[in-house]
Amino acid sequence: MHVPDGFLDAPTSIATAVVAAGGVAAALRGARRDLDDAVAPMAGLVAVFIFAGQMINFPVGAGTSGHLLGGALAAVLVGPWLATLSITVVLLVQAFLFADGGVTALGTNVLLMGIVGVWVGYGAFRLARWALPRRLSSVGIAAAVGAFVSVPVAAAAFTALFAVGGQAPIPVGSVLTAMVSVHVLIGIGEALITALVVGSVVAVRPDLVHGARPLLATQELEIREAART
Amino acid sequence: MSTKRFAVLAVVLALLVAGVLSFYASSSPDGLQHVAETKRFAQTETGHHTANGPLAGYETTGVSSPHLSKGLAGVIGVGATGLLMGGLVLLLRRRGATSSTDVPEHEPH
Repeated sequence: MHVPDGFLDAPTSIATAVVAAGGVAAALRGARRDLDDAVAPMAGLVAVFIFAGQMINFPVGAGTSGHLLGGALAAVLVGPWLATLSITVVLLVQAFLFADGGVTALGTNVLLMGIVGVWVGYGAFRLARWALPRRLSSVGIAAAVGAFVSVPVAAAAFTALFAVGGQAPIPVGSVLTAMVSVHVLIGIGEALITALVVGSVVAVRPDLVHGARPLLATQELEIREAART
Repeated sequence: MSTKRFAVLAVVLALLVAGVLSFYASSSPDGLQHVAETKRFAQTETGHHTANGPLAGYETTGVSSPHLSKGLAGVIGVGATGLLMGGLVLLLRRRGATSSTDVPEHEPH
């Protein structure tokens, strides 16, 4: 999903950079409140893990591959503000060290993966967690739902940017169909990886998972009730 | 599991994924690249500003073994990401601690 230099024209790239900068600035403010002693090391681990995970392209259909975007994964583990910052750091390292994702497209990529991917993934996660039974095992499933939804939505967001500032005259409808259908498949991989990682962390240290904390509080109440009877 | 043990385990896992498993990743174009090729806008891509960097394309310049070249790039990437995010977290926590008064720690000369 890393947009290279040249796909979008300069005005669109500048506009996405401005929006991305605003999102990152908001995330810097929001993250400060989230950063307690437990979350601080998790934020570093999440960034490192997403960098590593994005190196693993998995095949989806003939001649195509996809890799983890990590927006929902990061948001469930450390909250959406730190998720945006983690993914921005990963994108910076990729663009400047590895020539992966254009330097002029950095704002576009932060917007698509660090803001749209994170917030759509987190929103869908919260909805799914609300709909599922209030159990710790629901967290991994809800995270998978968030992950699955976030990828095609980010792909659709790219298509919207392409419609505005694409450098080639291609019917937007056909790009949208192609982008969404490929990214639905990638979204399945994203959901599996996210469920595996979130489920593993919930199994060993649920207190370190941002998206599991509200359930931990109620779980304690349940234990007390059971002890009384 | 203690937080320290958890962190060590997570870092080791990330290093294994980036340093070893990455070699076996699919080299097919990713979803966006594939769509760009089939819908014929891939040619609008322009040269990358850091394409001549020593780690461009996740290959380490001067390392002939393809396993080592990619693995080393992955390990360096994990290190760089960890340092950058760790530094940002430290900075945010320090500023968070002083933000109630908003007095800078060190006045410029």
